[in-house]
Amino acid sequence: MTQLLVGTKKGLFVLEGDAGGTFEVTSRAFAGEPVEFATRDARSGRYLVCVTSAFYGPKVFYSDDLSAEWEQAAGVELPEDAEKPLERLWTVVPAEDDGHLYAGGAPGVLFESRDGGATWELNKPFWDQPTRPDWSPGAGGMCMHSIATWPGDPSRIALAISAVGVWLTDDGGQTWRHGNKGMYPRYMPEEARVDTITLCVHNMHRAVTQPERLFMQFHGGVYRSDDAGESWASIADGLPSDFGFPMVLDPDDPDSAFVIPLVADMDRTTPEGRVRVYETRDAGASWIERGDGLPSENAYLTILRQAFCSDGSGPTMGLYFGATSGDVFGSGDAGKTWFTAATKLPPVHSVRVA
Amino acid sequence: MAVVRLRAPLSELAGGRRELELEGATVAEVLQALEREHPDVKGWILDEHGNIREHINVFVNKEYGREGTTLGPNDRVHILPAISGG
Repeated sequence: MTQLLVGTKKGLFVLEGDAGGTFEVTSRAFAGEPVEFATRDARSGRYLVCVTSAFYGPKVFYSDDLSAEWEQAAGVELPEDAEKPLERLWTVVPAEDDGHLYAGGAPGVLFESRDGGATWELNKPFWDQPTRPDWSPGAGGMCMHSIATWPGDPSRIALAISAVGVWLTDDGGQTWRHGNKGMYPRYMPEEARVDTITLCVHNMHRAVTQPERLFMQFHGGVYRSDDAGESWASIADGLPSDFGFPMVLDPDDPDSAFVIPLVADMDRTTPEGRVRVYETRDAGASWIERGDGLPSENAYLTILRQAFCSDGSGPTMGLYFGATSGDVFGSGDAGKTWFTAATKLPPVHSVRVA
Repeated sequence: MAVVRLRAPLSELAGGRRELELEGATVAEVLQALEREHPDVKGWILDEHGNIREHINVFVNKEYGREGTTLGPNDRVHILPAISGG
């Protein structure tokens, strides 16, 4: 039995089922509220949910049992002298040390919890970056959406923000530097492309078994880094489009990546009305189209950056993604064949396997 | 004269031209000159109040520009859709 946590525009939906069949909605929480992200910390079993109430602002809630009450986490707020309030929380990621979690949000903020998500504290060195007044948001706000920890080394982290590029630390977040070499922002004038820090990363993941390698879906570009995020090289050749949002890796294979291309920034829908996942197993040298079982005509879907996830690894790895159409699709064989897990949900913001 | 650079669909509204030389001491004046020379552009970059639309980026050479940014004779004015749109 697989349990999916689906964050939607109108609440959290918990789906349960087996790969290949229809999933049932087994519970719902935060009805009517936008749920940006929901995950379960595998170490503790705790569920953590990022909710952005239009009325009451962004909050993190947690629970150790889906049938119990949700508790609101403390400390998820900006300093009193911040120009604007916290806008949204985009992700929660377990750190490498026990009980330690990171949360990323807008406007370009990193929070840390040392007690499994009950209380949070702003990472001040990142908040105090001197270039912050020059930072620009993407369409979803200035969102910190990707936090790539280094397996076995809590001191090394890579962050990605739309649209402030990649940030690296080697001292557990006390100091930060850019990791932006090689990105090519077509949305900037030619003469500004080299120096700009307005770099719209859409999603970034680290290869678990080869942690100096990262993959990135950019706002017009797909990249790989083999030097821990210091520099990036294009691997977009062979894709129908280099625009898209989410990305998934097979944790056992450092040469693997899966993307879901959309037409372009001016038309953020699946190309030619066909929903297709593209897989590389040679670190981006070539891409394989995967669409057996996915909608193949009249399907103009948008899949957002947190709405694609993996479950397990290898040939039986599960893959799940949701669209703003309210459809959720899954695969139980690492993308070779697909099935429809759910339809008619509210617009899907995020999908994670519990 | 400043050089104004456009991309599709704005270039199509400007008679297929991706680069135009236009008179104006500020970004707003150059954009108004663009509207006079190519009326089909009216309403696409500047709104009803003469302000640059929220999700349009104007660069003067490699720096962000606003309506009042002053222009020199050889400045390049880039009009680009912002990543915040879409």
